[in-house]
Amino acid sequence: MALIDTINPLLTTGWSKGDDGWSLKDYEARGGYKQLRRVLESKMTQDDLIAEVKKSVLRGRGGAGFPTGLKWSFMPKAAPEKYVVCNTDEGEPGTFKDRDLLRFDPHSTIEGMIIAGYAVGAKLGYNYIHGEIFEIYQRFEAALDQARAAGYLGNNILGSDFSFDLFAHHGWGAYICGEETGLLESIEGKKGQPRYKPPFPANFGLYGKPTTINNTETFAAIPFILGMGGEAYLNLGKPNNGGTKLFSISGHVNRPGNYEVPMGTPFAKLLEMAGGMRGGRKLKAVIPGGSSAPVLPADVIMDCTMDYDSIAKAGSMLGSGAVIVMDETVCMVKALERLAYFYFEESCGQCTPCREGSGWLYRVVHRIEHGEGRPEDLDLLNRVTDNMMGKTICALADAAAFPVRSFIKHFQSEFEYHINNKKCLVDPDVQRAGSGFFKAGAA
Amino acid sequence: MNTPNITVNPELSPEALKKIDREVAKYPADQKQSAVMAALVIAQDEKGWLSKETIAVVANYLGMAPMAAYEVASFYNMYDLHPVGKYKLTVCTNLPCALSGGVHAADYVKGKLGIDFNETTPDGKFTLKEGECMGACGDAPVMLVNNKRMCSFMLPEQIDKLLAECK
Amino acid sequence: MVEIEIDGKTLQVAEGSTIIEAAHQLGTYIPHFCYHKKLSIAANCRMCLVQVEKAPKPMPACATPVANGMKVFTHSDLAVKAQKAVMEFLLINHPLDCPICDQGGECQLQDLAVGYGESASKYEEEKRVVPDKDLGPLVSTDMTRCINCTRCIRFTAEIAGFMELGQSYRGERAEVMPFIGKTVDTELSGNIIDLCPVGALTSKPFRFSARTWELSRRKSVSPHDGLGSNLIVQTKHDKVMRVLPLENEDINECWLTDKERFSYQGLNSPERLTKPMVKQGGEWKEVDWSVALDYAAHALRDVAKTHGGAAIGGLLSPHATLEEMYLAQKLMRGLGSENIDFRLRQSDFSADGKRKGTPWLGMKIDDISRLDRVLVVGSFLRKDHPLIAQRLRQSAKKGAQISVLHSADDDLLIKLQARAIAAPSQLPAQLAEIVKAVAELKGVAADAALANVGAGDTAKKIAASLVSGSNAAVLLGNFAQQHPQAATLSALAQQLAGLLGGKSGFLGEAANSVGGYVAKAVPSGAGLSAAAMLKDPRQAYVVVGAEAELDCADGAQALAALRKAAVTVVLSSFKSQAMLDYAAVLLPVSPFSETSGTFVNTEGRVQSFYAAAKPLGETRPAWKVLRVLGNLLELNGFDFNSSEDVRAEVLGGQPEFVAGLDNGSDGVKLNLASSAGGIERVADVPIHFADPLVRRSLPLQHAADSATPAARLNAEMLAKLGVAAGDKLKVGAGDTVILAAQLEAGLPDGVVRVAAAHAATLALGPMSGVLSVEKA
Ligand SMILES: Cc1cc2nc3c(=O)[nH]c(=O)nc-3n(C[C@H](O)[C@H](O)[C@H](O)COP(=O)(O)O)c2cc1C
Ligand code: SF4
Ligand code: FES
Repeated sequence: MALIDTINPLLTTGWSKGDDGWSLKDYEARGGYKQLRRVLESKMTQDDLIAEVKKSVLRGRGGAGFPTGLKWSFMPKAAPEKYVVCNTDEGEPGTFKDRDLLRFDPHSTIEGMIIAGYAVGAKLGYNYIHGEIFEIYQRFEAALDQARAAGYLGNNILGSDFSFDLFAHHGWGAYICGEETGLLESIEGKKGQPRYKPPFPANFGLYGKPTTINNTETFAAIPFILGMGGEAYLNLGKPNNGGTKLFSISGHVNRPGNYEVPMGTPFAKLLEMAGGMRGGRKLKAVIPGGSSAPVLPADVIMDCTMDYDSIAKAGSMLGSGAVIVMDETVCMVKALERLAYFYFEESCGQCTPCREGSGWLYRVVHRIEHGEGRPEDLDLLNRVTDNMMGKTICALADAAAFPVRSFIKHFQSEFEYHINNKKCLVDPDVQRAGSGFFKAGAA
Repeated sequence: MNTPNITVNPELSPEALKKIDREVAKYPADQKQSAVMAALVIAQDEKGWLSKETIAVVANYLGMAPMAAYEVASFYNMYDLHPVGKYKLTVCTNLPCALSGGVHAADYVKGKLGIDFNETTPDGKFTLKEGECMGACGDAPVMLVNNKRMCSFMLPEQIDKLLAECK
Repeated sequence: MVEIEIDGKTLQVAEGSTIIEAAHQLGTYIPHFCYHKKLSIAANCRMCLVQVEKAPKPMPACATPVANGMKVFTHSDLAVKAQKAVMEFLLINHPLDCPICDQGGECQLQDLAVGYGESASKYEEEKRVVPDKDLGPLVSTDMTRCINCTRCIRFTAEIAGFMELGQSYRGERAEVMPFIGKTVDTELSGNIIDLCPVGALTSKPFRFSARTWELSRRKSVSPHDGLGSNLIVQTKHDKVMRVLPLENEDINECWLTDKERFSYQGLNSPERLTKPMVKQGGEWKEVDWSVALDYAAHALRDVAKTHGGAAIGGLLSPHATLEEMYLAQKLMRGLGSENIDFRLRQSDFSADGKRKGTPWLGMKIDDISRLDRVLVVGSFLRKDHPLIAQRLRQSAKKGAQISVLHSADDDLLIKLQARAIAAPSQLPAQLAEIVKAVAELKGVAADAALANVGAGDTAKKIAASLVSGSNAAVLLGNFAQQHPQAATLSALAQQLAGLLGGKSGFLGEAANSVGGYVAKAVPSGAGLSAAAMLKDPRQAYVVVGAEAELDCADGAQALAALRKAAVTVVLSSFKSQAMLDYAAVLLPVSPFSETSGTFVNTEGRVQSFYAAAKPLGETRPAWKVLRVLGNLLELNGFDFNSSEDVRAEVLGGQPEFVAGLDNGSDGVKLNLASSAGGIERVADVPIHFADPLVRRSLPLQHAADSATPAARLNAEMLAKLGVAAGDKLKVGAGDTVILAAQLEAGLPDGVVRVAAAHAATLALGPMSGVLSVEKA
């Protein structure tokens, strides 16, 4: 489904024609590849280009929110072989914006990556695309062919002395490859087990060479930033939270889908754009930044604006901008059980605390959900998460721990009810009605 | 984990090898191994599943240790190390999908086909798998057919239609 | 250098070191599992977490580089809490079966659990069960115990050179395994037993045979090849139960080859000779030592009296100790014979009398790791010198350029710069080409004898590589030393090293390949070499430690000569059918584990050892037997009270390295001729058939490296003979044997590769030369 609604469309301007507006012709008609042309023809210096991106305060859209310009400036100038890598391994439950970015407007990401290649001095790039969206991988390859045929990729792009080529690499079912070093391992043809850092990819990345890796949305924003100027982009949002952001809204709203809004838009506004709560039911909780972000109860999220700083202040993370909305039909124990299972299933198996801890967490939440919880289980869960957090190579262990801790923190009484009464606080029939699957009253 | 004793000719067709060559060409000349994921997909498409012999063929073609290729084939969960039905249906049951009926959709398919997750219908037509987030939560419930075709908004009527389509 | 502080102690460490390396420098122990100094850093077990000032999270000491001014706390609350947390996670799925685990008593997990574990875990779920794997006859698995440290995997990929093990699946289901249906087959596989910090990988032969605390430990030295790996021999009730590496960075580092680790299984073979025996009227009788010794002394004295001393030949195993060799040659010379030799597989003795000193490696073993350009000539390197191959493998990864000149193209699992593969008779000419090409590149004149040599492309490529470095060496392997033009190859290697300003040397085949020269166990004057005294049969032989039919260059000829002799006195640890056939007296002597003695390794290092166990049955150390024989023959200079006395007489003290090492020669005439016509034999000595002890180790005989020899040919040769792999071939000149044809890509044309040192190929005669091959 294409874009549902937007305030101030930027990255989503090209989405209006749905599946019919993705081709090079459409993109060029929208002013596409103009910025690449300008950069090359004006022989813009790498430093100036990076300075412009810094001005925009474009923070990485993959989850961590690291300033993009600063990341680019870490790339060693002298290295002969460097890479630019795009992270479209969108596997964080609740996130589905990068898929639509590549589906409806693949060329903005391509243009962004070429410009990034120019900025950091790379000649080769890869876009790592989530395995489950193979059709999008094929579309991206088609877009690459168009760009190559038009001279935007390859040797001496647009007659300049800059050469850059770009290829798509697909995953095949492993959430961990979203982690940047797991992703690099995967491109190298190995298991996607993250690498210990330091060294960081800027020094030791793909094939051991300096590498810049960004999220799809981050790259896609680049042409627009250059088009309007870094400062104007920043001013769209809030200080330290530049520009617009795509939010993927899923769960109990009337119109799930992607929404592009300026950073700092109130959550209430976003919820309204999504058509409000399904069936007019009461909001119970929201996970504001993908499944790894701590859950926030209704009253807390309703006071937030959608930007990195506000959500962080409320005790969660803006993450990838995946907003999972849950209404009163949700059993929080069951919801957590499913998330705990996900991290258990997706742990790469490398680090002891994550490999062993993620299964332990799942099993304890599972037994609570199945009426076998023990009074001491909540303390146990907190202790196990404590023992996992900050002790592993990558942040997946933390991502597995955050939901557990936050669900217990905000919904402790519901967990206790479950343990004491060996059943859900929310009646199973109420739960069943929440999904909307049985609309027609069918069995 | 036992690999069933089904002898298939592990060699790949010239067309498959050509497709693999195209993948190899994406990477620097000394980094052939980068193409292993794509090559295993191509092999799986051709053979229906990945036997250890097929995995060894792919590994040899790319000049890597068979064990290194096996690590890859067993790490990513869309490789099938055992035979599957003609149609492999993977239903996402992760939380965002579940909120909009992912689990119910899976139950519905189970009821229709009379199989549970990781089972194949006796006629060898369908295999059902439970999937993790496919990055399409806004379209929930979502279902993947044979790894490559994404089906959105899979309410009962759509499921019925899909099952009828699979011949 | 940077300055850091660990637990309040300040120290200077090299930049780029990790915290754990710095801590070791200080003698501070940081608990760890996945870290191993010889392997790449995985940082996956998380056991080594420590507190670093200013870091909000605990840091893995094995992977965190030091920085100037860094303050590390290994026992702070944060660190200990993290370590305890990891330990708890490690134990939740680990079986608590220490009482029946072979690793009990030497398990790092068990040790650390005592110091870092909580007494009871809150984990009450069912424990994970992981199916065991068949890794072959040497390594036994109990994979449920595996903690996924990946040391074993990294070993196979990085040290042994081929990723035989991997970690399949992911998360809690992650499982260490070989490729489905494969075993672990490299010649270094046993090291994963030592590396495994828990009881997941244990020694199959040792399994359940003893608890580690019941074992006595003795240092020893490997009796198998020129390296002289240092060993710990573990015994229980005077039986060797297990052999482990004794770490020595200069020699074997912390590794052992499978041959060295598991050959002890041959020590108690049913073929052990435990009682002296004499043959009377065609009947073997077990007799007292005095009877046997008298018999032997009389018989030898009689032959010497009747036929002269020169009618006696002495054949010594190159694996015999320095003391044994010294006394044996003294005995021979006392009997008036100069016919004494230990170089049993050698066929070219033309350098004898022209050498400037004792041939050796030409450098320290450790120097090999610093070479940046290497040419390996005539070596089945991976099988003949596995740990030297391992050193070169690591060097190649760091940029050293390794090239090979050989008659087979075995996969060395080393990244090679260039390969020149040619029939054996072509090797001298090929090496000459390389010498010529290097001389041309250097702009200096080559030896006049090379005037007509023109360098081909491969020679030029190898030469270009060799001259481009700053620390080059030419290493001659067993095949080069056994070659019929060995003296020429050696002289050319010398020339090449001279042109390169580098070194040349021999990769010692046997435990005492250098020691034999030092002990003077070689003929002088009119004395006959090993080959000559078998070609021209003697009236009597004294054989020490060898099975002549399997250990000589021409086994068939050796067998014939020994059978024909009036008297053959054999000092041996084992008896074989052949021996019972040709010997007159069998004197049971100790294998290395039951005697004291000395090996001089290929770098000239003197390594003495004591007996690890009491001699089995009536076995006696060979040096004592030889001394008594000397006494019985009333020879002078046989009054030794100990093997140390003997060593003192040979070495004139107890030097670390022997004197007189020199690979130079004077007056060796280059012989570049390449014999014409026929199919040339390339004979390797399979790793598990190389000496009498390893031949009797059953686990090794079941390993992949012990397959029955085949006739190996390249595809064109197979086609020319009109046969397919697996077909039967009739191979041989006079006596023929039937061997299966086997395809070996990479063999040169005109060559058939048939292994030596094996009963199945004994009848083929010499290791070199021409063989007829036809469809059977
Ligand atoms: C477990 C895990 C999963 C991740 N998944 C994704 C992902 O699916 N997509 C993404 O862009 N970044 C993901 N990240 C973040 C990346 O590691 C990385 O920070 C990001 O791609 C950098 O791009 P950015 O600076 O443009 O955000 C993940 C991180 C972790 C620890
Ligand atoms: S088998 Fe032993 S060495 Fe190998 S990964 Fe497991 S614990 Fe580590
Ligand atoms: S020893 Fe450092 S993480 Fe294992």
